[in-house]
Amino acid sequence: MFLNRDVISIIDFNPQELERLFDEADLMLRALEEGKHLKALEGYVMATAFFEPSTRTKMSFQTAMIRLGGSYIDLPPEEASSRAKGENLADTVRMLDSYADVIVIRHRVEGAARFAAEVATHPVINGGDGTRDHPTQAMIDLYTVRRLHGMINGLVYGVIGDLRYGRAARSFILGLSLFKPKKIYLISPPQLSCKREVIDFLNAKGVKYEEVYSLSEVVSELDVLYVTRIQRERFPDPLEFEKVKGSYKVSFDSLKNSKEKLSVLHPLPRVDELAYDLDNTAHARYFEQAKLGVPVRMALLKLVLKG
Amino acid sequence: MEKELRVSKIAEGTVIDHIDAGRALNVLKILGLSGSEGLTIAVVMNVPSKKLGKKDIVKVEGVELREDQVSKIALIAPSATINIVKNYEVVEKVKVNVPHVIEGLLKCVNPNCITSLPREPVKTKFKVLRVRPLNLICEYCGVELNQEDVITQLTGAKA
Ligand SMILES: [Zn+2]
Repeated sequence: MFLNRDVISIIDFNPQELERLFDEADLMLRALEEGKHLKALEGYVMATAFFEPSTRTKMSFQTAMIRLGGSYIDLPPEEASSRAKGENLADTVRMLDSYADVIVIRHRVEGAARFAAEVATHPVINGGDGTRDHPTQAMIDLYTVRRLHGMINGLVYGVIGDLRYGRAARSFILGLSLFKPKKIYLISPPQLSCKREVIDFLNAKGVKYEEVYSLSEVVSELDVLYVTRIQRERFPDPLEFEKVKGSYKVSFDSLKNSKEKLSVLHPLPRVDELAYDLDNTAHARYFEQAKLGVPVRMALLKLVLKG
Repeated sequence: MEKELRVSKIAEGTVIDHIDAGRALNVLKILGLSGSEGLTIAVVMNVPSKKLGKKDIVKVEGVELREDQVSKIALIAPSATINIVKNYEVVEKVKVNVPHVIEGLLKCVNPNCITSLPREPVKTKFKVLRVRPLNLICEYCGVELNQEDVITQLTGAKA
């Protein structure tokens, strides 16, 4: 069900496939905790081509590959940026395809990973394309929820921040809608609300959701709060940004009416949308979430390369 | 006999019938005809039609359509029928067909879409979400096109 498959968007997968991936991630996590040295991907080579700067996603893929006994080659960042201007993506992908068994790509242009997958003979994993998809982040986020709450279905979710241009938030919302959440609150300023295609998808899946402007009105209902950053550049008028940014900052204070078991997640890195005073509370689950990046990517690489 | 037959028959050429009312001139644009070519062209607009309520008809003497022109006509007149006339008789009649995926005919309006990059060997690909009113979605970036966008692109004219 995963062998040789491209991983372009979270909505290319169904819940059974994702649960299968998460079961595999459980095994990987246990092996990591027990300090086992795995060899499942010995002899395999992964290429990473990040045309947009990234530390976490790239290093977590590279670590995952090494932890499975495989190796990686990396398109150097300065090479990626000069290629972004000069040589076309198709030729670069063909080159990597001739060296590696799997290609992980991140690009600022929407559809770049889908196109790379059409060009490459080996599987392509999307590490983020433009404002569109970030499927492995969504896999990690959903897996984190499953570990923390024992299930993904039946919970009340809040997703706060830039729901329009943020690919992590978008992918998480799309990923949730594959399951049966009790309700999703979409919390954003009106300029950064979900794109219509995402809303259409929620409607098509019959997911209960509500678009709201402030966290305080819904915080007491939430089981999971997914926080993302609002970027200054998204606002043509800097005054507009100054006006809204405070209301989308999540702090100890803004959670005072929340359920005791509310989990706060964040794809990291954060800027100031997530206050440091949360870090030592039981709500802060984003460091655990970040730690699950490697086992989930191990599971995915193993399933894609060996089934 | 329907009223449209008041317009004289053509000897050799093409009759495009069941065009959405008001779009005959767009069809001529797609065929690259302005009238200055000297060909006999009959345009009938807004005549009653059982299927469409009202419809347009275009008859062109001495012209056979290319495949890409037929595909484009389908996108602005999805019910159109194309009749090939030889010696005053209809020798072939085809209904246009809107495919599920439209490749290479249209441009994506998102400048940050992979298909908008000049150097990439990639054809645009739009999935048809709905035929009436037309609604297409770019398979690469998710941007949607509506009927107006498509008419503007195919004819260079505002809908
Ligand atoms: Zn596009």
